[in-house]
Amino acid sequence: MPTFWLIVILLALTACGFFGGRRRALASANGNPRDLHSLPVYYGANVAMSIAIPALMTLAIWLLVQPMVIETRVSASLPSEVIAENTSIGLVMGDVRRLSDGLDEAVVQGIFEEKQSFALNTEATDVRAALGTVGVALGSDVRPEVLAAAQQYRQLSSTGKRAMTLVCLMLALGGLALSLRNTNKTFRARNVVERGILALLVLAASLAILTTVGIVFSMLFETINFFGLHTWRDFFFGKTWAPNFRGDSELSMLPLLWGTLYISAIALLVAVPVGLFAAIYLSEYAGSAVRSFAKPLLEILAGIPTIVYGLFALLTVGPLLLKLFGQGEEGLLGLTWMSGATSVLTAGLVMGIMLIPFVSSLSDDIINAVPQTLRDGSLGLGATKSETIRQVVLPAALPGIVGAILLAASRAIGETMIVVMGAGAIAKFSANPFDSMTTITTRVVSQLTGDTDFASPETLVAFALGLSLFVLTLGLNVLALYIVRKYREQYD
Amino acid sequence: MTDFSPSSTPPASVQTSLLTLSDRTKKRNANERRFKAYGIAAISVGLLMLLVLVVTIFGRGTGAFQQTFVTLDVALLESKLDKTGARNIEDIKRVSTFGYAPLVKGAMSAAIEEHGVSTSLKSKQLAGLLSKSAVAQLRAYVLANPQQIGETVEFRFLAQSRVDGYLKGRVSRDSIENDKNISVAQLDVVDALVAAGVIEKSFNLDFILGGDASDQRPEAAGMGVSMLGSFFMMLVVLALALPIGVAASIYLEEFAPKNWITDIIEVNIANLAAVPSIVYGILGLAVFINYMHLPMSAPLVGGLVLTLMTLPTIIISTRAALKAVPPSIRDAALGVGASKMQSVFHHVLPLAAPGILTGTIIGLAQALGETAPLLLIGMVGFIASNAPETLGEGLLSPNSAMPAQIYEWAKRADPAFYERAWGGIIILLLFLVTMNTVAVVLRRRFERRW
Repeated sequence: MPTFWLIVILLALTACGFFGGRRRALASANGNPRDLHSLPVYYGANVAMSIAIPALMTLAIWLLVQPMVIETRVSASLPSEVIAENTSIGLVMGDVRRLSDGLDEAVVQGIFEEKQSFALNTEATDVRAALGTVGVALGSDVRPEVLAAAQQYRQLSSTGKRAMTLVCLMLALGGLALSLRNTNKTFRARNVVERGILALLVLAASLAILTTVGIVFSMLFETINFFGLHTWRDFFFGKTWAPNFRGDSELSMLPLLWGTLYISAIALLVAVPVGLFAAIYLSEYAGSAVRSFAKPLLEILAGIPTIVYGLFALLTVGPLLLKLFGQGEEGLLGLTWMSGATSVLTAGLVMGIMLIPFVSSLSDDIINAVPQTLRDGSLGLGATKSETIRQVVLPAALPGIVGAILLAASRAIGETMIVVMGAGAIAKFSANPFDSMTTITTRVVSQLTGDTDFASPETLVAFALGLSLFVLTLGLNVLALYIVRKYREQYD
Repeated sequence: MTDFSPSSTPPASVQTSLLTLSDRTKKRNANERRFKAYGIAAISVGLLMLLVLVVTIFGRGTGAFQQTFVTLDVALLESKLDKTGARNIEDIKRVSTFGYAPLVKGAMSAAIEEHGVSTSLKSKQLAGLLSKSAVAQLRAYVLANPQQIGETVEFRFLAQSRVDGYLKGRVSRDSIENDKNISVAQLDVVDALVAAGVIEKSFNLDFILGGDASDQRPEAAGMGVSMLGSFFMMLVVLALALPIGVAASIYLEEFAPKNWITDIIEVNIANLAAVPSIVYGILGLAVFINYMHLPMSAPLVGGLVLTLMTLPTIIISTRAALKAVPPSIRDAALGVGASKMQSVFHHVLPLAAPGILTGTIIGLAQALGETAPLLLIGMVGFIASNAPETLGEGLLSPNSAMPAQIYEWAKRADPAFYERAWGGIIILLLFLVTMNTVAVVLRRRFERRW
């Protein structure tokens, strides 16, 4: 039975259970709801929840776990020489999965009988050609071991699926029976239902933890795999980034980190002065008319998707800089500094524009939080407005502003699209801002797009890079929050 | 006794008039003005950048909504398309697009002759002014209307991208020197045909509704299919992120005891909101594709990744909305005998609904524009040309998404795709502006001040 129908049946059972429970409760009180402990809907909800929650949860967990179990069992039974020929277990298992999906598809389309499909052997039938007719393309001819593994895979999947259907239906029916038996007028249905709902709420809240755990573990496992294939010394302390497919790649993070930090520094150099002065002007000088007009407009910049900035860098800013600073021959300024449109400066400038509203709106909030009495005191002593701002307001707001800058830096380090499109792909240590350089995020994208082989260090290095990126940005965020909390002046 | 005697020497500063400013005051005032000017300059820089961005997008993107069409009368010759004359659909299907090429060439030559254009070009080069999709369009029409064989029918074909670029000013006679797709002689013919009204520019609905095309045919590429991909992703995000986000916020705001576990969850959510989006892409690749074997490039996977990314945003705004409901509402509900759960679900939640909705829409808008995680789960790099037909297919079959499609176009070599990338951005921004406007209107309309 397809999973879809199982879900439909479970939901139908739930609906029936709801009305059944309600009715039974009312009947136990002779149709007088005043005699019931809870409102009638709670009795219905109790039955419905007892049916749906255990069954649907089991279903979800089963669907997650079953492929893993099958995978390990099938791959354990594969003869080792097949794996040796195909270089990696992952590739063989990919073949096995594709083959078993193809056989299932062939049964659905009526090429093979159900029984016949399990009795296939590679000598009697050209499995590859047969599957080709149902639109499943296999890379090579089917080996008997792979076919056997695929048959085992199918066998296990169909057994697993049958067991899953059975278990879920049993759970649902068991829940129905148990909760209906409990349903009578003295049963404290509301308390039970509310406890159940609370459990669901807790579950939803812990999903946030689960996401973090997922992020950390998914990257940690692959990173450990990576360090099994490649020395960690080269990754952390090497000098070159030169992946190749001959097996002697040099995969060092340092040149990428340099590019990332260089671009982020330029971005902050643009964003911090502009953003900070904009915030100061908006909160201290601007009248309400200017404020209500300029603030939302500036914040539009923050709402523009990064792909737009990326395109802007690639097609507008890059060529413009190239025209100004030369392109092999002399540019408009009589210089020959640039060789291509992608450069540190291109990406940095555009990223700076993106970060302006980020810095300005955070700083704006912080400056506004400085109490008016401080300003009044300073002005009363005869300071001008700018002196008040520089010597009273800004020092008071400094921790918050530093926090905002750190948050902006973490944004800049993790930014992807602008650097993918504007920064280039050459990993090197260079101080020239007109050079094309690459960043951590760019390399993550390029190592993980297209064909990925999870057994090669060239792919796995992306996870190590991702983990470094995660740690780096998380560290900056935590530091920013810490500074804000620790040095915040308590005014009231 | 105090003895006061004015000192015999007056203060060093001689100038005492209030009407003239001292040097020091002048300097301080100048500083003040300079400081203020910095502020104005900063704001102007920000606004100028916004203006430049908007002008660039619209200046370079509006062209994509117009396309050059060639209107031709094509004689659907029976001798070429259906030799038996039996109008048997199987026989007609046997004629490949290759077999339709002579018809197009003939129609083009006829048009040249009719309008008295003198040219030395062969019919093959003349037909080269049309898009490579012209023959396929012709074939699709004939297969749909086999009874029309033998008649002459008027068609509007797409012109090839260089002709389109020429009419839009992107391609000039100087720039095509080394271009093997078009020659100056062909452009002369184009000029003559434009004067005759055969070639004209008009609004191109296919750019909005159509699918992507291979990199040989930029003129036929459109956003429609990737729009559907984005739509299905947003469906997944809405179906998962809204209920989970609201449930989590209700727990954290209304029920959670203040202890270290709750603290960890709160710090966690705040940090998740600042995790770079590409990290979510890595998570999606590792967990959903490599571990759970969900199909690559499927909007379902994209939706799941974006759900995880949007959840913190939705949780943070929902908690703010719940916090804004005054405690007196809860107290009143509890006072008349409601349980804690009832007070939340019957009273607090409905009052917080506008705020929650606003936060959700903003979260969705953010997810709609996100590109980086989609690159990692494979939503770029192939041609999304066929629209999905059912919900299941829409969720599971490979598709692109709007920002991924734009990135894809920006990567291709032909500059004709750049115009389409900018045009795609206009469409994307239109969606974002609409969503944000709805959010703002909702907030204005339903927000209550207690």
